[in-house]
This record gives sequence, C-alpha cells and structure tokens, in this order.
Amino acid sequence: MGKKKRSNPFSELWKHKFLYLLVLPAALYTFIFSYLTLPYMVIAFEKYNYKTGIRSPFVGLKNFEYFFKSSWAWTVTRNTLVINVLFLLFGTALAVVLAILINEIHRKKFLKVSQAFMLFPYFISWVVVSYMLQGLLATDGGLINHIIESLGGTRINFYSNPKYWYPILLLLNLWKNTGYSSIVYISAITAIDEGMYEAAYIDGANRWKRIRYITLPLLFPTICIMVLMSIGRIFYGDFGMLYAIVRDNGSLMQITEVIDTYVYRTFKNTGDPSLTMAIGLYQSIVGFILVFTANRIVKKKFPEGALF
Amino acid sequence: MASGKIGGVKSHSIGERIGSAAIHLIIGGYALVCIVPFILVLIVSFSSEKSITLNGYSFVPMEWSVSAYRMLFFNGSSVPRAYMVTICATLIGTLIASLITFGAGYTLANRHCKYRNGLALYFYIPMVFSSGLVPWYMMSKNLGCYDNIWALIVPSLMFSPFNMFLVRNFVREIPEELDDSARIDGAGDIAIAFQIYFTLCKPVLATIALFYAIGYWNNYFNAVMLVNDPDYFNLQMLLFKIQSEIASLSKMAVGTMGAVNPPKESFKMAMSIVTIGPIVLLYPYLQKYFVKGMVVGAVKG
Repeated sequence: MGKKKRSNPFSELWKHKFLYLLVLPAALYTFIFSYLTLPYMVIAFEKYNYKTGIRSPFVGLKNFEYFFKSSWAWTVTRNTLVINVLFLLFGTALAVVLAILINEIHRKKFLKVSQAFMLFPYFISWVVVSYMLQGLLATDGGLINHIIESLGGTRINFYSNPKYWYPILLLLNLWKNTGYSSIVYISAITAIDEGMYEAAYIDGANRWKRIRYITLPLLFPTICIMVLMSIGRIFYGDFGMLYAIVRDNGSLMQITEVIDTYVYRTFKNTGDPSLTMAIGLYQSIVGFILVFTANRIVKKKFPEGALF
Repeated sequence: MASGKIGGVKSHSIGERIGSAAIHLIIGGYALVCIVPFILVLIVSFSSEKSITLNGYSFVPMEWSVSAYRMLFFNGSSVPRAYMVTICATLIGTLIASLITFGAGYTLANRHCKYRNGLALYFYIPMVFSSGLVPWYMMSKNLGCYDNIWALIVPSLMFSPFNMFLVRNFVREIPEELDDSARIDGAGDIAIAFQIYFTLCKPVLATIALFYAIGYWNNYFNAVMLVNDPDYFNLQMLLFKIQSEIASLSKMAVGTMGAVNPPKESFKMAMSIVTIGPIVLLYPYLQKYFVKGMVVGAVKG
C-alpha cells in the first residue's frame, strides 16, 4: 500500500469494506445506545411531558435547583464518595496483601484450592449475596444474632440501624471482589525477575525485607494505575450491589443511598424524567471530569497501563 | 499463575518457617471465609423449616428435608420458566455479543483499516461519558425492548467496549506476517478473519464469552427497569421479587402441596442454590479465563 496524500474516505471504506462491515454492528450498537441517547439529556432543562417528548417546555435550571435544594443532594453525594473511598482504600490494601501472601505459598495444591475459593464470590450475583446476608444478619434466626444470643448478648437489629452499614457494605465488597482484584497484583509479582529474589536471599535479606525492598517498589506502578482507575469511577455507585442488598429499606437510606440508587428511586417514585435526568446529568458531568482526568494521568505517567 | 518466586531457594531459618506457616494459615482462613457462606446456604436449603424456625440458620440442622426443592419445581411454580428465560437470554446474548465484539476488535487491530484510531476514539468516548438512566430507558423502550426477551438481551449487555479492547490487544500480538502470508496463499478477507484469526483468538474469545455470559446470568437491572410482565422475569429478578412476595408464594404452595408448614427460608436458599448451579458447573473455565482476561486487560497496553 503506497502512501497517498489524501485519499477519498469513500474509496477507503470501499477498499476495505469487509473490515468496516465487521465493525459495523458494534459501531451501530454504540451509536444507538450512546450517541443517540445524548439528545435526550436536554429534558433535564425542560418540564417533560409524554406528549411533547423531547420538545417539552424549557424551564432552565429549575430541576437542578429542586435537587440541590433538597437535603438528598448532599447525602447521596457523600454516601457515594464515602462508600467508594472505603472500597478503594481497603480493597486495594487487602488485594495487595493477598497477592504478596499468595506469592509466598509454594504448595501448588493448597494454592489452587484456596484461589478457587477466593475467586468464587466474584461470580455470584448480588441478589444471591443479599439472601446470604439476611441469613447472617436477620434479627430472627440470623446466624450472627443466634451467636450473640447464645453468648448472652441481646439481638442487634441490623436492618433498621444505619450506623452498622458503612462497615457491612465494606466487608461485603471486600469479600466479594478482593479475590478477583488481587489477580492483577499476583500477575505483576509473577512478572518480577526471579534473580532479584535469589540475589537478595543470598545477601541475607529475610522475607519481610524481600517484600519491602523488591516486591512493593516493583508493584507500585500497578497499584497506582489501579487506584487511579478507581478514582475515575468514584462518582458512580454500585447500583447492582446496593439495590440488591438494601432495596427499599427506608431506615438505612441516610447511609446507603448513592447517586445511582437515588436516580432510580426518583424515577420510580416521581415518574418525572426531567428531574431524574437533572440528577443524572450532575453525575455524568462530574463523573466524566474524574474519569477523563484519571485516564489522562494514567496515560501520561504509565503509558503501558492504559487500555485505550 | 503465581509461581513461587524463591522456589529454588530453600528457607532454613526458624523465623522463615514460622512465617510460612502463618501465611498458609491466613490464606487458608481467608479462603474459608469466602466459601463458608455458600456452604451455609446449601445446608439451610436442605434443612426442614421447623429446624430453621427453632434454631435459626445453622450448619447442623436438626432435620434434613428436600421440600424446598420440591416446592421450587411444583406445578405452576414460576422457577422453571424463569430458568428458561435466563438460559435463552444468556445463550443468545453471549453468542451475538461475542461475535460483534470479535468483529470490532479484529478490525480495530487491523493495520489495513485506516480509520482504526478514529474508531477506537469513537468506542472510547461512551466509556467515559454516559448519558445516564433516563435516556437509556427511553431508548430501550423506543426500540421495543420492553416486557419481552429482548429487554433482557439488548440494552447495556450486548456489547462492551472494554471487551472489544481486550480482543484488539490480543489480535495486535499476532504477528502481521501471518496476514501477509495468508493473502499470498490466496486466502480472502473472510477466510483470514473467520478461519485464521478466529481460531487463533480462541483464548480471548473464551474470556469475553464468559464475561458476557456471567453478565447476562447475573443481571437483574434490565429486568428491574424494563420488565413488568412476570413471564419475562429471569432467575435473578424472580429471586429479587420473591423476597417481598414470599408470603403469598408459600400460600400458593400450601394450596398445591397441602404442606402444613411451607418452607420459607429454605425455599429462598434452595432458589439461591439453583441460581448458582450453572456457575459452579462452569467454574473451572471461569477461573481460568477470567484470570487470563483480567491479566491481559489490566497489564497489557
């Protein structure tokens, strides 16, 4: 293929029509579900009416005003950030620790079985997990309350007491996802040159020193990439998790309601697409800024880590 | 996977040995914590309702029973239908999704495609900016993905740019000379893509197919948003709904089975087990290919 100065785009499309045909279904799908949905966003500035649809009367920032004046604006923003920061900090720390410990295990069979166990919760839906959680936390018949009672304590009503729920959500998230998220760190450790460990060992470095001065520094770029990517997603709550676990339990909402569940609830309860869209737009814009910045930093500082 | 880094070096000191034992203990303990809740669910699903009412959830029930499983598949139960709906959505969805993802990833990796970088940007933008729930809902509804099987297949789940980039990165690793020599041998575009590259891509295709399959199997969001007709509830949605409607459901069961004490808790747990079942069967593959996908996706650029 010689280099032409400026070939006609149509002749390029025609020349490699088969290639473009292959990408067409995905491109079309993305066009319909992403690009074509963008115009709908204007309804955030309108008073939506099902008859006039997208061309409903313009009301300016009224929907935003309504949302930001309610106490929920702050509550759901705070919850989204707090829950995600908790997940991010503890999730990363635990994943790194697990990866380092797993790397120290040389019994193949033990390793295989324990890794299979650790990964398992990742594949289970949040709905099933919510049932398990009830089995553990229910006031009547829950395993934990059963144990508390048999030790002479009084039952705790977990499902009506919001103060327990940041820790509960954190533990659930760690339990379900850490086995999976540690894989990245395990493979990064596996990629470290074995000679370094042998040299350190011969020089008398003990296990802790080998971890401290070889594994951790070499793991650092991977940790940075993963943390940055998660920071990019910090404004998006885990709807699948929170809605399955908490559902419509009003007494926990002050702590468990995140932007995503609040958007859904607003839509379901008020049936007002305009108000819902306004809240969604707030999330989309802040979320976009965060994701974009995080990806830019990853691309600049760790070019090998960027997916795109 | 994680092969021991100091495999060749034997640890001698007592300190290292104690450390090693502690590490085994921690990892073994953590692994148990991950799996024990499932064992509890399994045991409770086989416990009689009486022993659950008396003792609560317990690893050693007073009385075993399969009545919960019988109730799951009694005449008129909605579980078999939900099972079918889930299987249909998962099979059809995974097949279509994997094919269109392969096509897109292949083209984006192909150096003959002049606009591949532009296309990559086109797919990347929706990854960082989404218009949110309401436009998604309206678009799905306008397309007719509402109260039918397509509602569970098409919106959100049928294509993921992340998976496409996985395929692209995988294809990029295949030497270009292969394409050239195949062309010299007279292979056409279609043969090169679907015979040569498709075969070579089997590992990454298995990975993305499993990503999609799990996505479909575990999805309840689409059903919550787009399905009102109980005929099109998938398993997850049914499980989600039953939570609040368990009372009326057990009444139904009493009518059919004449049981004095309809299993409620064990029923929920039996249903969880039935939902997890296929995942357990596929688990060896899941573990293998998810690990591969995660490694390729996160570390390779």
